[in-house]
Amino acid sequence: MDIHEIRLTVNGTKHELAVESRRTLADVLRHDLRYTGTHLGCEHGICGACTVLVDGMPARSCLMFGVQADGRSVETVEGLGSPDDLNPLQRAFTDHHGLQCGFCTPGFLMLVTAFLRENPAPTDEEIREVISSNLCRCTGYQGILRAVRAAADSGAASDSGATSVSGATSVSGTASVSGIDG
Amino acid sequence: MKPAPFIYHRARSVDEAVSLLSELGDEAKLIAGGQSLVAMMNFRLARPAALVDISRLTDLRYVRAENGGLRIGALALHRDLERISEPSVLAGFDVLPSAARYIGHYAIRAAGTFGGSIAHADPAAEWCMAALLFDGEVVARSLRGERVIPISDFFIGFLETSLDPDEMITEVRLPVRRPGAAVAEFARRHGDFAVVAAMAAIDQHNGRCVDARLVFGGVGGTVMRATPAEAILIGSDLGPGAIAAAADASASAADPPADIHGSSEYRRHLMRVLAARAIKDAMNVRDPASDGRVDFKRQAPG
Repeated sequence: MDIHEIRLTVNGTKHELAVESRRTLADVLRHDLRYTGTHLGCEHGICGACTVLVDGMPARSCLMFGVQADGRSVETVEGLGSPDDLNPLQRAFTDHHGLQCGFCTPGFLMLVTAFLRENPAPTDEEIREVISSNLCRCTGYQGILRAVRAAADSGAASDSGATSVSGATSVSGTASVSGIDG
Repeated sequence: MKPAPFIYHRARSVDEAVSLLSELGDEAKLIAGGQSLVAMMNFRLARPAALVDISRLTDLRYVRAENGGLRIGALALHRDLERISEPSVLAGFDVLPSAARYIGHYAIRAAGTFGGSIAHADPAAEWCMAALLFDGEVVARSLRGERVIPISDFFIGFLETSLDPDEMITEVRLPVRRPGAAVAEFARRHGDFAVVAAMAAIDQHNGRCVDARLVFGGVGGTVMRATPAEAILIGSDLGPGAIAAAADASASAADPPADIHGSSEYRRHLMRVLAARAIKDAMNVRDPASDGRVDFKRQAPG
């Protein structure tokens, strides 16, 4: 087996572990580190359930190997809030029927967390575009749209929750910047 | 599913990447954004014995205007093209941000790379179409040196290019500006690869078309340039008759594949519709000298 020692930070906690190269970041998070809030749906980059943030940017953790995350900072749904203390985005999903079965929810929450940090005052059209990234089979998306709208309007979601990480908003179209991943 | 086992190598430089490729042979694959490759590995459609990870070669992440053209580093993200805002970079290449919005979704565009898309050579890929539209040149490095491959010699077949197994794309050059070029696509769902996509660029002077470029995706093994349609447009008045004739000529010249998403005839129909749409959209470009964003007389040197 091709084993690599990696270090990664998850929700602010540093981890050192040995991973097989073919282990996806999703499986490293779930099986090795027990962050089981990250869900796996399709395992080929379509459904978005496994979306986490890597150095602040949304990433499909099924399309990235754990070894590639060496030295990176990862944020998962566990970093947002707790069952007793939901963060504003999670509360908005609860208040506006942004979920039913909940399987896709961690992916949506992480996707929207990155989106609202980057674009704290989105239009409805921009919200529709971004939530079309992920598949939800319960809500019909209207509840998710309302939840994201409410979170954005409350202004709380963009700067709350998970560990703040560098690199999230410094990406520019023309400059060479560090922090490529995936 | 889970991918088959492989040996992982992380390259710290282009030199190291190409020397690993040379050493490992054609069982090795480069991985950059991984947005197509890892999906194929998870399905076990691809089973490379080794991966050479070039995603940390951040020197290759750039989009630069130079000598009137554009140099795009192999590791420029889809997102980087989507967010070009600097007028000197955007001038003549304003179709790139529009096209980027058709590529997958937010998370995909934050990971996938321009060079990776060109190397993957999907026949419906926006960047492969754009490379054809802008007479692109692919810069490839290997231990044997560097060569520049004209895009007309680059795409050979379905997911197949003229890159040798030991070669790595370092840059793609788009030497020709095409202001107001337009893209039109049809996909079953937002973010999917298009069933058919068209890109058009029209250069007109005194009501006559002096140059035209029309490119299609999703209609064969590779992205396709519709030369007969371009010939109909060039010299025409770009009236409804000329556009319809060019759209028909595009469809007649193609033999698109049939699959679960549509029959060959349906794709030909889409070619006609999307060609006309892209041509009309490209015709509506304002005079670049007066459009307020681009000053062609004072081009930034790069």
